[in-house]
Amino acid sequence: MTPLLFRASTAVSGLGTGLQVTLQGLRDNRSGLRPNEFGALPFVCHTGTVDEVQLVQLPAALQSFDCRNNRLALLALQQDGFIEAVQASVARWGAARVGVFLGTSTAGIHETELAYRQLDPQTGALPARFSYAGAHNAWSLTNFARSLLRLQGPASVVCTACSSSAKVFGVAQRMMETGLIDAAVVGGVDSLCFTTLYGFHALQLVSAQPCRPFDVARDGISIGEAAAFVLLERVPASVDADAVLLAGVGESSDAYHMSSPHPQGHGAIAAMRAALEAAALEPDQVDYLNLHGTGTRANDSTEAVAVATLFGDRVPCSSTKGATGHTLGAAGALEAVISALALRHGLIPGSPHTAAVEPQLAAQYQRSARTAELACVLSNSFGFGGANCTLALQRAN
Amino acid sequence: MKIAVIGVGALGPDFADWPALRALLKGTTVHQPARTSLPPPTMLPPAEQRRVGPAIKLALAVGGEALAGSGLDATTLATVFAASGGDAENCDALCRALAASAPQLSPTRFHNSVQNAAAGYWGIAQRATAPAMSTGAHDASFAVGLLEAATQIVAGQRPVLLVSSDTDYPEPLRATRPIPDALGVALLLAPPFPAAPATLRIEVRAGVADGLAQPSLESLRAAIPAGRALPLLQRMALGGAGVVHIEYLPALVLRVEVDGAA
Repeated sequence: MTPLLFRASTAVSGLGTGLQVTLQGLRDNRSGLRPNEFGALPFVCHTGTVDEVQLVQLPAALQSFDCRNNRLALLALQQDGFIEAVQASVARWGAARVGVFLGTSTAGIHETELAYRQLDPQTGALPARFSYAGAHNAWSLTNFARSLLRLQGPASVVCTACSSSAKVFGVAQRMMETGLIDAAVVGGVDSLCFTTLYGFHALQLVSAQPCRPFDVARDGISIGEAAAFVLLERVPASVDADAVLLAGVGESSDAYHMSSPHPQGHGAIAAMRAALEAAALEPDQVDYLNLHGTGTRANDSTEAVAVATLFGDRVPCSSTKGATGHTLGAAGALEAVISALALRHGLIPGSPHTAAVEPQLAAQYQRSARTAELACVLSNSFGFGGANCTLALQRAN
Repeated sequence: MKIAVIGVGALGPDFADWPALRALLKGTTVHQPARTSLPPPTMLPPAEQRRVGPAIKLALAVGGEALAGSGLDATTLATVFAASGGDAENCDALCRALAASAPQLSPTRFHNSVQNAAAGYWGIAQRATAPAMSTGAHDASFAVGLLEAATQIVAGQRPVLLVSSDTDYPEPLRATRPIPDALGVALLLAPPFPAAPATLRIEVRAGVADGLAQPSLESLRAAIPAGRALPLLQRMALGGAGVVHIEYLPALVLRVEVDGAA
């Protein structure tokens, strides 16, 4: 594929608000996971919570979009000069030529969960303040961002569970390639809610401790919330040497099971191969691999098999979910932004909480952050339903 | 963007398949009020058949109809699933369970709640390892799916199965999202080729969407996101050349030049 430029990016997660804090957190191998305080749950877990979201207020004209998910989206959009960068893009291309494609798994469903606890005792109706289109429906996320940013181009929401906001990079790339748009806001937002906390607990996939990706004693995920956005444009004639490019997007399906990955990692291998092929890269050219690495027994085992099959033990890799938690539909975009920070600042992120590494990845797994010259990074995202996506990012120089 | 239509699937109120809907759209039969009847998802293994809800049954049924007889290999066929939401009944059941004083969630209900459940089950049923997209935009979900499929076909020069389907919520969500019934359409699409039954040339434009002359079909178009496909399907049912405008995002339409019949 023709590479695209990361013109601007931003991220908010339990690790921090904005790129600078996120980068420092990665350098310090800090974890944003804390004992959960959300929703008085009847089980113990850790979560990556964004406390500031409580203080965010949506603009008066966009109140119908009010929910934790859209507040989190707004908090991220307000960081790192992102809104200004989008405005500059609109000035360059026109509002109808800037697309917006965002991923989420649960959008504002927490509003619905709360509303179901307040049904009218006589009629069974939802409370009057409930907004289906503004909060519950997945499109509420993209519609909110598109309205806030005053964009008038093509737009959609992608819901492929935990690969949602990786796949949006592919949507934008195809829209650019077919000439429908000149720039795209891509990203993902997922916020804490009962559906995912109780749901993953029902699947016995939530750890009581902070998650330990690729640790031999790992026993599940820690759920996090995050919002991350990237403004993609075509690569201009001259760019800074440390500019980051989207070089390839690779997608595949497991065709195996709704909530368990293919044991030999066939889908993961196919996604990584497709990303390398799209970027015209050989496996040996990859300098760092940001793993999906959720911390479940099954995910990390199969991803380790897939990585060993494709890269042997040559490529340094880590999962950053020990720092952020598993941010589900936001993970693809959050980890794309983390991968871009790694490229730009010459940093291989570590894996807080991971102690004894799974033998298959012991040689190359990075428990602690370190500096390194990076030219090419892959980022993996795998979702329920076997929806896999790998992004290949490169430095411009 | 120019793409070919190879196959069509349809299922909704008073039509069990594309031939039945085609007859309604051509006016050779008259649409009668009826509830959509969903067939059992026989393409799935028996254990999985029992686990799936209406949204998945609907998507698999129309997808299977569009694919049947095409000769295309489902294992390598990319898919785009467009929907306004996930399985509506499952969503209500989860929200009710979570509202209980001591919530107990079914693991199956949880993993079926992802909006790519239909894509996931299609993959399992067909051993389809090609990329599967699940996307939408509330009432514009059909147009979003068609545009996504078209960009995949043009950029990747490969066929794509598009499934656009929506199911109705029970109360209390029904009052806030009044989709009256389940309706799904599927289009098996490919790069244009000379013997294609129909070709579509698609553009994004400012404009107003076309409606349908038959009131009961127009009410399906207006009330069910996947029903927004009906003007396009009517054009292909009638055959020949013509232009239709499909509802997209506010103030935008997909202008589709149709040539041929399906």
